[in-house]
Amino acid sequence: MAAVKLELIRPSSGTERATVADQAGAETDPLADLARQSLYYMAMMREVEDRIERKLYRQGKVVGGVYVGRGQEAIPVGSGLAVRPDDMLFPSHRDMALFLIRGVSARQIFAQYMGRVDGLTNGRDGNMHMGDLSKRLVAIISAMAASIPVAAGAAMGMKYQGKDTVTVVYFGDGATSRGDWHEGINLASVQKAPLVLICNNNQYAYSTPLSKQMACANVADRAPGYGIPSEVVDGNDVLAIHEASRRAIAHARAGHGPFLIECKTFRMTGHSAHDPADYVPKHLFAEWSAQCPIARLEKKIIERGWASVEEVASIRARVVRESDEAVEAAEKSPYPDASTLLDNLYEK
Amino acid sequence: MTTTYVDAIRQGISEEMERDPNVFLLGEDIGVYGGAFKVTQGLLERFGERRVVDTPISESAIVGAAIGASFMGLRPVAEIQFADFISCGFDQIVNFAAKCRYRWNAPAPIVVRAPCGGGIHGGPFHSQQNEAWFAHTPGLKVVLPATARDAKGLIKSAIRDNDPVIFFEHKALYRRIKEEVPEDDYSVPIGKANIFREGKHITVVTYSAMVHVAAEAAEILDKDGISVEIVDLRTLTPLDEETILASVRKTSKALVLHEANLTGGFGGEITARITEKAFEDLDGPVLRLAAPDVPVPFSTPLEEAYLPNTQKLLEKLRWLAAY
Repeated sequence: MAAVKLELIRPSSGTERATVADQAGAETDPLADLARQSLYYMAMMREVEDRIERKLYRQGKVVGGVYVGRGQEAIPVGSGLAVRPDDMLFPSHRDMALFLIRGVSARQIFAQYMGRVDGLTNGRDGNMHMGDLSKRLVAIISAMAASIPVAAGAAMGMKYQGKDTVTVVYFGDGATSRGDWHEGINLASVQKAPLVLICNNNQYAYSTPLSKQMACANVADRAPGYGIPSEVVDGNDVLAIHEASRRAIAHARAGHGPFLIECKTFRMTGHSAHDPADYVPKHLFAEWSAQCPIARLEKKIIERGWASVEEVASIRARVVRESDEAVEAAEKSPYPDASTLLDNLYEK
Repeated sequence: MTTTYVDAIRQGISEEMERDPNVFLLGEDIGVYGGAFKVTQGLLERFGERRVVDTPISESAIVGAAIGASFMGLRPVAEIQFADFISCGFDQIVNFAAKCRYRWNAPAPIVVRAPCGGGIHGGPFHSQQNEAWFAHTPGLKVVLPATARDAKGLIKSAIRDNDPVIFFEHKALYRRIKEEVPEDDYSVPIGKANIFREGKHITVVTYSAMVHVAAEAAEILDKDGISVEIVDLRTLTPLDEETILASVRKTSKALVLHEANLTGGFGGEITARITEKAFEDLDGPVLRLAAPDVPVPFSTPLEEAYLPNTQKLLEKLRWLAAY
């Protein structure tokens, strides 16, 4: 087999993929609601992350690593709105919207980034390293792909308990190079566990481009090696991701085992806030910014008549207002008391 | 009735599976084959494939899946075929399981069973005693039973515990020791050391198979009028410091014995605590006897030279007694 020479992917010409939503009439279209919800969550994620990265981090109020999903919001939103509340989610570090969808407030998220007690980890960990089992959100750890075996086990547990729930796990293209990724998928597949795997292929793992991560054309191409189906989807098209997620979730829920979705997108930032990403060819940022998933959805919403220009503007205004309030409230949250350092390592 | 160490562990696991439908097993060759050391023999027939899961050769996935299943309210007991292979699942244990509760209040009540130790001609990859890696990791409990009674009682406590427990079973003990093990439902608490033998002149602090080496040496020294007290730690984390210090205060002399390599071994920690907290009670230096700082060699004369044994222990204890 000839080796595939991988080039960084250029964005598609912007032609929208035909979706169920396209065929339905605007008036009766049940997806109009989905589109408006998607817009809200994507815009909210963008707004919250912008404030963290561009304001609070620079003001020194947020310290440590700041990883954002700018330009990749469609992935957690499209898939996150396709799951049931009793399904288990394993967000990766660029999937903030999953927390918002599950009812974690922007105030809690800001508090988490600022190391305050009202963050989900009470200051024990930072950024998106957070979870809440009562909301079926499992916290990621820094070693990429470590979540995959754990998610496989959660899915095996669901099957063990005879439930019809599924587990959805998120990861980047870089994570697919780790042994944990392969071990976890293989185990889940052998066990026919209800696991949906969602790859955010943003083409960079820190400074390393995809061509140095793998020698096959798509992450999705790896799935048949584990005996599972996969699909490649436009990672900047929230409705297409939603549809693909519904198919994958239905497959897993029906007891057919894991399903992998690869969302092709682009990381519009450095790896984290300290990284200017000088290693990324500038024209790629320009080309991909024309594919902004929020702008694309707004355009579509108005074209389809799913909402008026005014309604779209009011969603944008709501996001700004809610973020203002959330930052203010989070700044009032105290830092953890140093006397709690040793607490909660083991069960009391 | 008299029961071997291996049968005692199996009994403990099977009683817990009987008691709690959320307990299930996963690991390599544990089902049809009954496990490399037959710890799980017969459990597949008794509890079925749902609760006794043969996995691919994927230690990281075994531990990771146990963690994920525990988030669903299950009580997974994972077997790592040899403690030497636990390094393949290291990240899941020390970074995922150990930190969950502290970071985001998510308990990971898993048990990772690992047959450890040498003396079976296993060579560098089937003989290690690597408990110190885990005792160095906050958030884990580290258990190493030395007797059949404790093995059964502690595996039951481990399965019921709401934190991750690394359970080291010594391979050389599986079929070597046999003793009366209660048939009723009892458990042995994690974090409580046992005075394995009472004595007056020297305290030997040890655990796992070395408890029996210490017992042999103590019998011999008895004839010379040297009375040795043996503290079997049973658990390294949480450590029963109180029992160690009480014994040392009584005898005024202490030696720490383990099969793991000397440098960075848990014996250093025990020694430090004794000197920090019972210095005034000591009538001699705290000694250590451990394996030298090399891998576990294969060939019989080399392995014998590697492992701490009664002869080496007697030498050190006689020196300390005369000090």
